[in-house]
Amino acid sequence: MAKKNRMVNEINAGSMADIAFLLLIFFLVTTTIAEDKGVLVKLPPWSDEPPPEMKLNTRNVYSVLVNASNQLLVRGEPMDIKTLKDNTKIFISNPQKLENMSEDPAKAIISIKNDRGTQYGTYLEVYNELKAAYNELWEEAAMVKFGKPLDELNKTQRSEITDAIPLVISEAEPTKFGEEK
Amino acid sequence: MSKFKKKQGNAQPAISTASLPDIVFMLLFFFMVVTKMRDTELMVTTNTPQASELTKLEKKTLVNFVFIGRPTPKYKDKAGTKPRIQLGDKFANPDEIPLFLEKFKTTVPESQRQAIITSMKVDSEVTMGIVGDVKTSLRKAGQLKINYSAKSRERTK
Repeated sequence: MAKKNRMVNEINAGSMADIAFLLLIFFLVTTTIAEDKGVLVKLPPWSDEPPPEMKLNTRNVYSVLVNASNQLLVRGEPMDIKTLKDNTKIFISNPQKLENMSEDPAKAIISIKNDRGTQYGTYLEVYNELKAAYNELWEEAAMVKFGKPLDELNKTQRSEITDAIPLVISEAEPTKFGEEK
Repeated sequence: MSKFKKKQGNAQPAISTASLPDIVFMLLFFFMVVTKMRDTELMVTTNTPQASELTKLEKKTLVNFVFIGRPTPKYKDKAGTKPRIQLGDKFANPDEIPLFLEKFKTTVPESQRQAIITSMKVDSEVTMGIVGDVKTSLRKAGQLKINYSAKSRERTK
């Protein structure tokens, strides 16, 4: 009888693996593991008027120029990008209270100027090194002040540190000497 | 030696494959979860540079993308070999960015519009001229939060 047969029948699960494999391979192929990370930057608002002339003490300004052949000129002297971060840190914190470096971390200003022919990779590397300098200074300050790493501080403690060493990176209009590729 | 000889000739029991579907399903679910379907086809090469000071983009719905790079071989005939901007699924000029941003804004609730971030996926070979034009255009459109997409690396010593 039909009823008896139904009791005996079992669904063959042998092909389940094949089906799962098929789906697996489909997802493997379409997958792009999201790498949505990047250097966060806040641009200054646009204004049609030329920016007001500010009288800045030159000792507080750290000017970084990047030319069309990706070379650095920092405060009038060529520099290797590998030493940029350490030099920036020294400039901001000025541990020896030198005359030609920032009076106070709160007054230090970093100024970047690039050329239209500068490679984007180099530009971002420079920006990254400058940001790294600030991050390291914040981390050191957090250890000294609160005895804790920066990411374990609460909001008020964090802002206390970032207010003492504010990140000020100003970008000038790029020059137009180099060739755009 | 005799130990090894004894085993020879004995019929080996077949390895049970009953757990194979389970393992495969586990992998399948993993990939289903991490998968993010690519909604637009990339028409430019965007080999992003490496950087160490990275911020993660948390809310995917608040992020719009601007791609800059050389057109891929498929689009070389149409778009040339010079670096181009890709907005959504087509090539664009810097002056089309404000409209693109406005269109994106309509998909975001009004209370969250301040938090919109533009992610710039730019090829590291591209020169700053075109990037500067895009930056100026973004500033004029009032979109000031941007994120230069990059691969992560260790901080230099």
